[in-house]
Amino acid sequence: MPTYKSVETKYLQQRDLFFRGLRNLDRRSFLKVSAAALGATAGLAPPHAFTPISVAHGAESAASKPAFRFAYISDSHLYERDVNDRFVRGLLRAVDDVNNLDPQPDFVFYGGDLAQLGQAKELELGAQILKNLKAPLRIMVGEHDWYLDMGQKWQELFGKPTYSFDHKGVHFVVLNSVVEKDFWTARKLSPMDRMKTVAGLDNGFQSPFTVGDQQCKWLQEDLAKLPDDAKLIVFSHSPLYKLYKPWNFWTDDADEVQAILKRFKQVVVIHGHTHQLLTNRIGNIHFHGLLSTAWPWPYAPEGMPELTIQMSRPDPFNPSDGCGDGEVFVHPDGLVDKVYALWNRNPITVSRTYMLSAGKQNVPPLPNRPAY
Amino acid sequence: MTITSIRCYTGLAAVGASGLLLAAIFVGCSQETPPPPKEVADVSMDFTPPAVTLSTETVAGMPTTAKTAAKEDAQTVKIGACDGGKPIEVPKDLKGQALADSLMAQWKLHHPEANWVAEEMERHAIKPPADNSHLLKGDQAKGHAYGNYSAQDLLTWTRETEKFVAEGSRIFHSGDDLGSAVAVSCDMCHPHASNTHPETYPKFQTQLGRVALLRDMINWCIENPVRGEKLAPDSPAMRALEAYIQSQRQGVPLNYGKH
Ligand code: HEC
Repeated sequence: MPTYKSVETKYLQQRDLFFRGLRNLDRRSFLKVSAAALGATAGLAPPHAFTPISVAHGAESAASKPAFRFAYISDSHLYERDVNDRFVRGLLRAVDDVNNLDPQPDFVFYGGDLAQLGQAKELELGAQILKNLKAPLRIMVGEHDWYLDMGQKWQELFGKPTYSFDHKGVHFVVLNSVVEKDFWTARKLSPMDRMKTVAGLDNGFQSPFTVGDQQCKWLQEDLAKLPDDAKLIVFSHSPLYKLYKPWNFWTDDADEVQAILKRFKQVVVIHGHTHQLLTNRIGNIHFHGLLSTAWPWPYAPEGMPELTIQMSRPDPFNPSDGCGDGEVFVHPDGLVDKVYALWNRNPITVSRTYMLSAGKQNVPPLPNRPAY
Repeated sequence: MTITSIRCYTGLAAVGASGLLLAAIFVGCSQETPPPPKEVADVSMDFTPPAVTLSTETVAGMPTTAKTAAKEDAQTVKIGACDGGKPIEVPKDLKGQALADSLMAQWKLHHPEANWVAEEMERHAIKPPADNSHLLKGDQAKGHAYGNYSAQDLLTWTRETEKFVAEGSRIFHSGDDLGSAVAVSCDMCHPHASNTHPETYPKFQTQLGRVALLRDMINWCIENPVRGEKLAPDSPAMRALEAYIQSQRQGVPLNYGKH
C-alpha cells in the first residue's frame, strides 16, 4: 500500500538529506580543497577551481580547516521517566543525533544540568542514557545536578567536577562554575528546598554562581605549564562573564577567571545554562553557549553581547523548537566553528571567522522573530 | 504578680503610632493565620483587610476571646497568644515599644509564613503596583465622599493588589498548583514572566485560528507544555495568573495585535 506523506514530512526528509549531504561533502571536500589549493599554487589549476566548494562551506574553510571535532549535548533537566517523559525523550533524541554522526566525533561533551532536581534516580537515568553514546563522554556539572546532596551522587557517577585533559594538541579544562555561597543555613532550608531554590532561574533567594578561590588556584596551577600561544578550550556551566544577574546568566568572579586566561593568545570558553544561541568575545576570549534538549530560555532583557545573533523566538506550539544539540569544529589555531543543531530549524554555525572579524564576516542568519 | 492579657494589650495599644504593628498582631490573633494557600484560593475573598476597624475599644474587648497568660518565674513572664499558639516569653521588665517589638518578633518567628506576600515579592522580584501617594497631597476632594482618600486607603489598595499578584506568582512558579502532569511550571520557560507579552493581546493566533486573549494563551500553555487541565476563564487561579503576568510588564505600552 502506498504511504501518504504530508508536505511537511516530505520537506523534512529533503532537508535531512540535504544536510547529511553537506556533512558528507565536508568530509571529502577537505582533500579536494587542499588538492585544489595545491594545484592553484603550483599553477596547475585555475584558482577558481575550488569556488564551488568554498561556496558550500562558507568562507571559513578557505582560511583554515578543522583539525578535529567533538559533539555536545547539554541541559536535559531529567525527571524520572514516570514524572516527565518529554525531557527523557529529548536526551534520547540527542544521543541518537550524535550516534548518527558519520564519521563519529572524537568525543561528546555534556554541558551540565543532566538532572532537574539532583535526585539519585534522575542522575542514574541520565548516566544510563549517556552510556549509549558511541563516542567517549566528557561531562561537566550544573547547578541542577549539585544542590540536593551537594554533588555527592554526581561525583559518585562521574568523578571530579574539576579536571583537565589534552586532546590532539588542545588543552581542555572543565570547571564547576556553579559554586554558591551558603544561603540555605540562615533560611533553614531542607536539602530539597535548597535544590528547588537553585532550580528556579528567577528565584532571587539564591546566591550568584562563582568558580571560587580554590578552583581559581587550581586553574592557575593547571595552566602554569602552558605557553602563551597554547590552544585552550575551557568549559563552564554558567557563562564565564557577567551577562544578567537575576537569572544567574553570570559568574560572580568572572573577572578573576578571565584574568587568569588573559596571557593566552586566544581562548575558547564553552558554557551551558543559557539554553540558547549566545556568542560573546571579550578580548582574547571567545564565548559560545550550548543548546538544551529540554526547553529554550528567553533572552536576557538587557546586557546582550554585541556579537550574539539571537535565534528566532521559539514556537510555543512545538515543544522541541529552540532545543537541540550540536558540534564543535576545532581549527589548528584552537579556535572553533560552533554548530547549533536546532531540531526544528536549519542548523546555525557561528564560525571562527565571524569571531575573528568581530562580527563582520560570515554573519549567522538574523532572526525573523527577534525577542522583545 | 500575674500579668494579665489586658495589661499586655494595653501595653501594645500604648504604642499607638505603629498601627501596622498592631494590625499584624491582631490579624494573627483574630483569625487563624492564613497559611500560604496550598490550594488555589480565591484571593479576592479570603483576605481580611487588616486592622482598618481596629481601635482601642476593640483592643480592650479582646481579652474575652484571648487565652490568658500564664505562669511567672524569676526573670520572664509567659504571655498566652489569643490564637491558641505557643505562649510567648518575655523579660518581666519590658514595657511599651520594647515589649511590643519583642512580642512581634517572637510571634513572627512562630509564624514564618505570615509574611508570605512580601517574601514572594522579594523572591521573584515582583514589581510593585503604581505609587498613588500623589492622591494624599494638598486638599484634594475635601468634603467629597469619593476621592477623599486616606493613607489607610492607599495601604489597603497596595496590600490587596500585591497579594493578588503574589498569589499569581506562586501559581506561576508551581507545577503542583498548576496541576502539571509533568512537573513543569511556567517559570521554567518564562522566568520573571518574560516572553509572555500580555501587552500584545488581543491578537490573532494563527495556530488557534482565532483572536486570542491573554487567558487563551495561558490556557494553551497550561494544556500543552505544562500538561495540566485548562482553567475556567473566571477561576481564581486564572485571575491570579493574569494579574501576575500583567504586573511584570509594568511600564510597557499596550500594543494589541503585535506578533
Ligand atoms: C516548555 C516551555 C513552556 C512552558 C512550561 C510554558 N510556556 Fe508559555 N510559551 C512558551 C514559548 C516558547 C512561547 C513563545 C514565546 C515567544 O513568542 O517569545 C510561549 C508563549 C506564551 C504566551 C504568549 C506569548 C506571546 O508572545 O504572545 C503566554 C501568555 C504564555 N506562554 C504563558 C504561559 C503560562 C502562563 C505558562 C504556565 C502555565 C507557560 N506559558 C508555560 C513555552 C512555554
